[in-house]
Amino acid sequence: MAQDKPKLKLAVYWGAACGGCCVSVLDVHEKLLDILAHADLVFWPIALDIKYQDVEQMPDQSIDITLFNGAVRNSENEHMAHVLRRKSRILVAYGSCAYLGGIPGLANFYTKEEVFRRVYEESESLDNPQKIHPLPENEVTEGHLHIPSFYNDVLTLAQVVDVDYFIPGCPPQSERLVEVFMDIVNGSDLPLKGSVIGASSKVQCDECKRKKSDKKGITRFYRPWEVTDDGMTCLNEQGILCMGPATRAGCGVRCVEGNAPCRGCYGPLDGIGDAGTRILSAIASMLDGKEPEEINRAIDSIVDPAGTFYRFSLPGSKLRRKVS
Amino acid sequence: MSTIENSNKDWSPRIIAFFCNWCTYTASDLAGVSRLRYAPTTRVIRVMCSGRIDPEFVIEAFTQGADGILIGGCHPGDCHYSEGNYKCLRRYHLLQRVIGQMGIDQRRLRLEWISASEGKRLQEVVNEMTETLRQLGPSPIKEVVQTVIK
Repeated sequence: MAQDKPKLKLAVYWGAACGGCCVSVLDVHEKLLDILAHADLVFWPIALDIKYQDVEQMPDQSIDITLFNGAVRNSENEHMAHVLRRKSRILVAYGSCAYLGGIPGLANFYTKEEVFRRVYEESESLDNPQKIHPLPENEVTEGHLHIPSFYNDVLTLAQVVDVDYFIPGCPPQSERLVEVFMDIVNGSDLPLKGSVIGASSKVQCDECKRKKSDKKGITRFYRPWEVTDDGMTCLNEQGILCMGPATRAGCGVRCVEGNAPCRGCYGPLDGIGDAGTRILSAIASMLDGKEPEEINRAIDSIVDPAGTFYRFSLPGSKLRRKVS
Repeated sequence: MSTIENSNKDWSPRIIAFFCNWCTYTASDLAGVSRLRYAPTTRVIRVMCSGRIDPEFVIEAFTQGADGILIGGCHPGDCHYSEGNYKCLRRYHLLQRVIGQMGIDQRRLRLEWISASEGKRLQEVVNEMTETLRQLGPSPIKEVVQTVIK
């Protein structure tokens, strides 16, 4: 195959991430060989020993595609976001965290002080009688220590640098990544800058095979372990809170196919500014009851409504974080 | 909104009011032609039905600096589209939980059923809400949303 064509340069980097996105890149399995036939991986902390200084010395715009996964929650993440933006022709926010803030973004329900108190003072598995908190700069006998400083607000990648494309998912489905990559290799027309790629423009329910009716009339919600799913009926109709009605399709409805409710990791559809309120709206309109007491009884069965609706999207939402 | 304005007695809250075309908006017309005096704090947005009000509208208004949001619709059973106000009611109660968790004072969002003949009730509700918001002071939401703390 086109050996005369110069190979693309590919980088993968993680910010505030769990590592699942990097693993999803590995999950392309033998297709990785196809990718490597067309591209050289020049930077990938999970797999290659390439230092930050090496990246900083690369010429600007020399990396063709960078997949940045993870949110931006400390000074190291932000520094590398700026470096990789400078070095890359195409910067992709890869996965829910880089796209909308993801699970680390739930920290925006708390302040930095609350997070530190929990982690360094109250955690059950902790032995820290002096209540020592990490400091960004510290003098020890061996010399001057420096660690990244932790931010109060978790940010999405696009809140820090200019982003070309967004690939949603927690993690994104590996097949989509191969498709997007091959489109780039084959020189297909690239989508408009700022597009969400590697996903559908329809909603989860559109692809879901479960039986749905117009009559929802939910009087209470159940946690998945509280009821026996019949395996056929819409999970919301059975009272199991499913984010499908307001979540972008593209994953192949994997969670529901596996009889687990959709958690909303693919984010909102095009043109929707705030994923959480859209899910809220969809869920509320399925409720039964015309009296405030009945409605509130149904709502009482939703554990942590804000955390559920904004599970993957708090930093990227309109409010961005808890107000006070 | 700064704290200087908070201490200023002349500060008056800004309320974004979503009124349904058939009841509450007509009530505000009635209040007008009846020459009822009430606080000039509302910016009214007419919608065809309270069921049209997406919770995102409320959040958007807060992030753009509204101190309070008032939603007005037809009394239960009187919706022009038969069920729209119930949809609004369900969303309202769930939204109240969410804004509470987001650290927004729940008194900043209010839902009232005001029929076309209740111009007087509209006057009372706007005056009451203005007074409540005056005590709460300017909303901090816009500033928090726009100020990233690292």
